[in-house]
Order: sequence, then C-alpha cells, then structure tokens
Amino acid sequence: MATQVNRRQFLKLSGAVAATLALADLGFNESNVQAKTKALKIQSLKPTPTICPYCAVGCGILVYATEAKDDVVYTEGDSDSPINQGSLCSKGGSIRQIYTTEKRVEKPRYRAPGSNKWEEKSWEWMYEQIAKRVKETRDRTFVEKEDGIYVNRTDSIVSLGGAALDNEETHLISKLMRAGLGLTYIEHQARI
Amino acid sequence: MQYSDVLMVIGANPAENHPIGFRWITKALKNGATLISVDPRFTRTSQLANIYGQLRSGTDIAFIGGMINYILENHLYHEEYVANYTNASYILSDAYSFEDGIFSGYDEIERKYDTSKWSFETDAEGNVLVDKTLQHPRCVFQLMKQHYSRYNLETVTSITGTDRDTYLEICKVFGSTGQVGKAGTILYAMGGTQHTVGTQNIRIFAIIQLLLGNIGIVGGGVNALRGESNVQGSTDFGLLYHSLPGYIDVPKAVPEENNLAGFLARVTPKTGYKVNNPKFIISMLKAYYGDYATKENDFGYHMLPKISNGKNYSFMYLFEEMRKGGLEGIFLWGSNPVVSSPNSQSAHDALANLKWMVAVDLWETETSAFWQSEAGKNYADIDTEVFLLPACSSYEKYGTVTNSGRWMQYRWEALPPKGESRADLQITHELALKLKELYQDENTPAARQINAMSWDYGTDHHPDFDKVAKEINGYDIQTKRQLSGFGELADDGSTACGCWIYCGFYPEEGNLSQRRDNVDNGQSLYSNWSWVWPMNRRVLYNRASCDLNGKPYNEEKALIWWDETKQEWTGYDVPDFIKTTKPTDPAGSKPFIMQSSLLGDIFATRSDGPLPEHYEPYESPVQNALSSVQFNPVVDIFEGKHNPRGDYDKYPIIGTTYRMSEHWQSGTMTRNQPWLSELASHMFVEMSEELAQEKGIGDKDEIIVTSARGEIKAYALVTKRFKPYTVLGKKVHHIGMIWHFGYKGIVTGETANKVTPIIGDANSNIPEYKAFLCDVRRA
Repeated sequence: MATQVNRRQFLKLSGAVAATLALADLGFNESNVQAKTKALKIQSLKPTPTICPYCAVGCGILVYATEAKDDVVYTEGDSDSPINQGSLCSKGGSIRQIYTTEKRVEKPRYRAPGSNKWEEKSWEWMYEQIAKRVKETRDRTFVEKEDGIYVNRTDSIVSLGGAALDNEETHLISKLMRAGLGLTYIEHQARI
Repeated sequence: MQYSDVLMVIGANPAENHPIGFRWITKALKNGATLISVDPRFTRTSQLANIYGQLRSGTDIAFIGGMINYILENHLYHEEYVANYTNASYILSDAYSFEDGIFSGYDEIERKYDTSKWSFETDAEGNVLVDKTLQHPRCVFQLMKQHYSRYNLETVTSITGTDRDTYLEICKVFGSTGQVGKAGTILYAMGGTQHTVGTQNIRIFAIIQLLLGNIGIVGGGVNALRGESNVQGSTDFGLLYHSLPGYIDVPKAVPEENNLAGFLARVTPKTGYKVNNPKFIISMLKAYYGDYATKENDFGYHMLPKISNGKNYSFMYLFEEMRKGGLEGIFLWGSNPVVSSPNSQSAHDALANLKWMVAVDLWETETSAFWQSEAGKNYADIDTEVFLLPACSSYEKYGTVTNSGRWMQYRWEALPPKGESRADLQITHELALKLKELYQDENTPAARQINAMSWDYGTDHHPDFDKVAKEINGYDIQTKRQLSGFGELADDGSTACGCWIYCGFYPEEGNLSQRRDNVDNGQSLYSNWSWVWPMNRRVLYNRASCDLNGKPYNEEKALIWWDETKQEWTGYDVPDFIKTTKPTDPAGSKPFIMQSSLLGDIFATRSDGPLPEHYEPYESPVQNALSSVQFNPVVDIFEGKHNPRGDYDKYPIIGTTYRMSEHWQSGTMTRNQPWLSELASHMFVEMSEELAQEKGIGDKDEIIVTSARGEIKAYALVTKRFKPYTVLGKKVHHIGMIWHFGYKGIVTGETANKVTPIIGDANSNIPEYKAFLCDVRRA
C-alpha cells in the first residue's frame, strides 16, 4: 500500500471520482486525498490493456474493472505504450463513461412499421426476423446472370460502416456480406 | 515525426484532433524543427507553428503547385532521387498534351477522359524510354515543370488569399528539405481529401515530397491522420464496394471476367510486387469458400458478386439509389448517416424508402431513430422496420485494430459486454449461422452462394476467435501450419488467407499483435511492439532512404543499408525485397515496389488527369484564374431539386465543416457521455470579427446558416481565428462549423451537414464537405 502519495501518484491512482473532486477544489488536502485513494483500492485490481476507440493514433489505455467484472472503476493512459507513453486527450481520458453512461442500449429493440415506439425483444427473436427479411429481399432480387455472365449479386441490400470495429469483425462482415450474400453496396466511413 | 526537420500540416489540425500524436511534433520542435501550418483558420496547430499560412478552402493544388514551381526554378529538388527513384525521367508520347485546364483525351459530353492518351514512349520491346538527365523536352520532369510554371507567385497568392511574404517563406523553408539528408514531412486529414479534387490534393503532396526526396525516410512521408480507430483496418479488409481485401479490385460483369483467368489478367500487372496477385486472390477464395473452392470450379470465383460495369456503388450514389426507392434493406455497423451524409436531410428522407434496417450500435442514433417525432417525422407514414442490436464497446470484447501507422494492436477484454449487448463478431457469426440454416436445404442460385461460403468458427454463440484470426493470417490447408508471410501464399489452392497484407501477424509462434516489448530497437521503430503490415515493416519504401549504392543519405537517420562484407541489407527496419538483392540490381535499386514501374509516380493516371491541376470547388465565390474550366471537369453532378447548387449572389460566404477535440465524428461516442457533453455542449459556427460586425452578430448570439440545401440554427463563435480574404481582388468571408451534432444524446444541436452539397471527388467519391457556399444571419 502507498503510505506516501505524491501529486503524480494521486492523479494516477484516484481516477474519476477524485478527478471531479480535484476540479472542484484544486487546493486539496493531502491527507483527505490519501484516505480517498485507500478507499478506492484500485491497487488490488488488475488493469487490462486496450487501445483507444476514438481516432487512429492508437493510444494505449489501461482499464480497471471491478473484481466482479460488473463495472469500470478507472481508466488511465498506458505508460508502456510507445505511442502515447501514458498520456491521453479529453476523449481517451473519458472512456470509462462509454461503459457507465445510462445512454447505452442494453437490450435489442424493434420498431414495427408505422409505430411510434421501440419494443424490447429477445436476441433470438431478432435474429429470426432479420434472417427472414434478408432472405425474402435477397431471394426476390438476387441476380444470378447478366448477359450470360455469372454475377451472383444482391443489389438491394446495403452494408454500411465498420471503421470502429476490430479487424476480425471486418473480416467476417466482408466475408458474409460479399462472399456469402453477394452484396455490392458495401461501404464504410473511409468514403466520407 | 520527431526526426523531421520541417513539418507542414495542411488540411489537418492535429493539436486539436490528434493531440497525443501531436506530442511527437512537439518533440521535433524541441529538436529544432520548423512547423508550418496551412489552414483557412488559425487553429490550435497554427498557434504552435513557427509559420502560419492562410489558405482559402479548396485551393491546395494552387498552393502546392506554386511551391513546386519555386522548388524547380530554384533547383531545390533532390536530383539523384528524382532521376532514379521517380518516373520523372519517363518520356511521354506525343498524344499527351494540356491546354486551358484540360488534358488531351477529354470527352465533353461524357465528362470523361480517354486516359490512353497519357502513355509513355516505348521501344520495340515495350520498355519505356527514359532520360535520366531529365533534359528531354517530352520527359515527365520537363512537362511537369512547364505545367507548374503557370503557378507563379502572383497568380497563386491571388487564388489562395495567402500573404505573399509568408508564402515565399513557406516555399523556402519547406524547399530546404530537398537537401540530401534533410527530412520534411506533410500531415493531412480530411481537410485534404474532402474536396472535388481530393485525390489530386494528396497526389500533389506526394509529388512535392518525391521532388524533395522525402518519401521512404525517417521523418519524411505524406501522413494521413486517420479519424477512426480502425478505418485503416476496415479499408484493408475490403469494406468498400470497389475493393477486395488487400486492395484488389472487385470483379466486373464483363465477358472478359467471366472466369478467374480473365479477372486475374486485369488485376495483375506485369511488373512490381502485384505480379503475385493471383496467389493472394486464390488464397482469399479458399478462405471464403473453403472446400467448395476447387481448381475445377475456378476456386469458387463465379460465386463472388460481379459489379455492373461502370456503375458506381459508393456512399453518395448509394443514397441516391435509396432516395429513388431502389434499395430495400440496410445493415449499419456503428454508422450514423443522418448526421454524417452530405445534404443530410435528403439522406434522412431516403431512409423511409427502406423496408428494413438493422442498426448495430451502442446507442440509439439519429439514424436508427429517424422515424421519431423528434426527428421531425410523422411516424405513421414510415413503414420501415428497425432492428436495433446493442453492440458492446471496444473493451468489452477482444480483437485488433490498425492505426494510421499500420500498427495492428490487440485489445484485451476488460469485462464482459454490458447488459445484453454483444460483440459485433458474435452478432455477425450468429446472423451467418442463422442465414445458413435458413438456406441449407435449398438449391436456388441465392442459396448456392451462401451455402458455398465456409463458416468454420464453431457453432457456439461466440465464434472461435483464434480460428478467425488464423484464417486472416493464412495457413497451409493440408498441414494447418500458420504461414509466416505472404511469400508463402500459393496460387494452386494449397493455402488459405483472408487478407494477404496481414499474412505473417500470426505465425506458428503466436499472435504478434499482442506483443508489448517497448524497447526501442533504433529510430523509434519499436519493432517488437505489436505488429505492422506488411511484414512488420515500419517505414514503407525504406530503400529510398539510401543512395544508389545502398548507403544511407543520412547516417544519423539510417533505416537500412547495404553491408558490403556480408553482401546483404541490414539495419533497423525490414527491407522491401530479399535481403541479398544487391542495391544495383534492378529489383534492389527501385524502392517503390507496389508500383508496376517500381518508381514513385510523379506522373500517374487518375480519372481527372495525370498531373494535379487547380479547379475551383463546385461552389466557389470566384472564377478559376488558372483556366476557363471552373470546377473538376469529370465529377458527377447529382441533379435534382433535393440538391441545388448555390449561387454566389445569394450565398457569398465560404463554409467549411470541421472537428473539435471533445467530440468525435457524428457525436454518438461523445454526446452520450456526461463529461464530454459538458465540456462542449453547443452547436456553434465560428466566424471573423469583421463578418460578425457586418452582419450585426455578437458572440454567442443565435444565428442561422443558410445554403441552397437548407438552414440550421446554431450559436455564433466570433473569433480572430478567421480573417476575411482578398481573393482575386474581392473580399471574401469564410466561416467554419463543427459537424458533431444531432438531435439524440445528452447534448443536442442542429446537424451541419444539412447545408453541405452532394458532390464529391472524381476518383474517391468523397463528398466536398470542406468548401461550399452559404450565408449567415441573426436568428
């Protein structure tokens, strides 16, 4: 345990809760700070390295989740990363709230034709319905041949986006949409 | 970047939008470098720069063209580099010409060029004729010199609005990096690309860098500052209509491409590294179609969709098709076109023509909620079904992302997905399994395609990640051995590989993207941290950092060099060719291996010309001063009453959209977070004190911006950062606005893209968000 906490360690350890405190009261009392630091007990938590989801500089970030893995306690710049060496910008420094914000959609939602509201549905129901729509549209509009040439094409369905996904995800999307479903309207954020 | 002598930021604002990347620029400044910022607005980057050049939005080619003219007239270029590592020495055929803004081969009715008019002279065996003295009147060097001689100081500064003395200083300072051993770099972002001449803007950056010998060296290059964490990777993996994974064209519905051999013939050049394309394509087909892909059936080639010849499926065309009712369904993967589309109201309206929408996102976005009353819609009239699938965030799953420097970095899972949200990997997998199940007993053409696709990632809810990663890397089909590089890929169906440029990240010894050894092995390459495509090469075309004999132009900034005693290339980085290839060998003497010429292309065929030429933006306050051709002569015009073109008489102010540090893209990832929402809560439009005074607008006043497309309400931010220009003797105002806002989220505001036009670059089809006409008044 840290018995002596200097300002740098304070900033490093105390995280989100204390950061708000520090903003409100810059002339802080060191003994209060130490008490706060102890209360957070992040030293017992194992950080997980991730890469910032915002721009493409590729800064390393460490995420401290609770032991129960049901909340994010704190995040900080990864000082081992040769790219950012521990520093982060305003967005990278806020990624804890990507998890904690109440704005996250946590259950699948469905909006029926002409409806003014969302309805919560199960994943299985969603997959069943989506697969049916894809198949119905695709079967009706699929073009096997054009002027005698095999074109195996679905021109009526679009796949849009993917620049914030992982490489493995873009590989599967690319494969399913192009090679499996024959989509031609495959586009993402690089175009705009 | 820390090793650069001069850094020129043009069309980017890294101090604001890539602040942590900017630390390396700060380091260069501490090492004594000079920073030049060229921008319509005095940005946070400009504030930290040694020289600031004001540039009217959309005049980059005039600006750099004038610099090229200065460099050529004052002999500041790197002569050995230009003569040996670029195609400046190539001799052009007599069919090439240029007159009054138009290159030879232009068809006015079709608005297209016959690009065959821009070919090189060849001998009887087909070899290009060259003159390494660069004196031949028809060589690229001389014709380029002639082309940019029109870009003189007076003309250029009257077009760009730049102060004459500042402009001259920029020419001198940046031109000084042409000295042997000096390094200059250019950094750009969407300020360079989002124009009707976007591709040629970047081309001219590359040309000036080739002339100064600034590519392939430490502290050099043309650096794209990408805006999304994996926009590099998603492009690498072919999420664009025209591109298969690894930058290979998609097949077209033409008789010649009715079989694999015909397709390979088109996409495989006779020289350069791409002669290996058949190995990459056949290995990709094996990764896509598995056991179905055999030599007898062209490895399943006919199953790949063939695009209609000449049809454009890119973003703006896609929304035009949707507007006309030609599309039925859409998958959105973290995409929010109601905020991000040009002329965004027309994109918003078009969505109602869809039968169904699947939105995979962390948030309810302006797009998935497009039917709601708060979007200004009558929901009862909209029949589109919407399926919103909750995705988890990047640290609630595991996988890799590729940054602007092509570093493929692994992200570990910190905790499981929140609530019922799921990883996109799982969602794609489960959808694929469900679709395959629906089709499994059918034998229609549509069923045959999806049944042919292999999907061997297990039958669990979550796919076997390792199998996906190994398929991307590539393996020997018989032995299942993981390949160590794309040199091992074969064209006989014995190897499978999802994306050839990534081959080698996951060899037998393990997944190298997970490496965390941060010891600097020289020149800050950190070669054992993560993995970089291709082949862990940190600086592309690094052969160009050495002279003809393989000796570094600058010993202190050496990347690789030829070791006479060992008779091989050695150094800190990985060379582009087999290391025993002598520097004087044809394969070891030309650095740009991905070009069929193996040289840096100063002269290169693009749809709108072989050399960048200045045209005004589609909407501009002035006539083109360099020719009678007003705007890019080959761009497609999207006509219709939904997308009118604005007149100067009605809309005399230049508008541009930009970004700010606290927000990101369409705002979904920042306006849903309390801290970032509080830091920047309002939609604002920035303008000069002079304009504010003319219009009677005070700081923080509510104002209305109008364009031919529509109007938006916002707050005025009156600053000294914008100044009126004198352009061709006329006083012109310029305003800027953030584009991050919409009607969903913790903080909301009107969407800037309601006023931008649907018009885009002739090559890449990126919209011209950065220069359009508008007007402003108090609300």
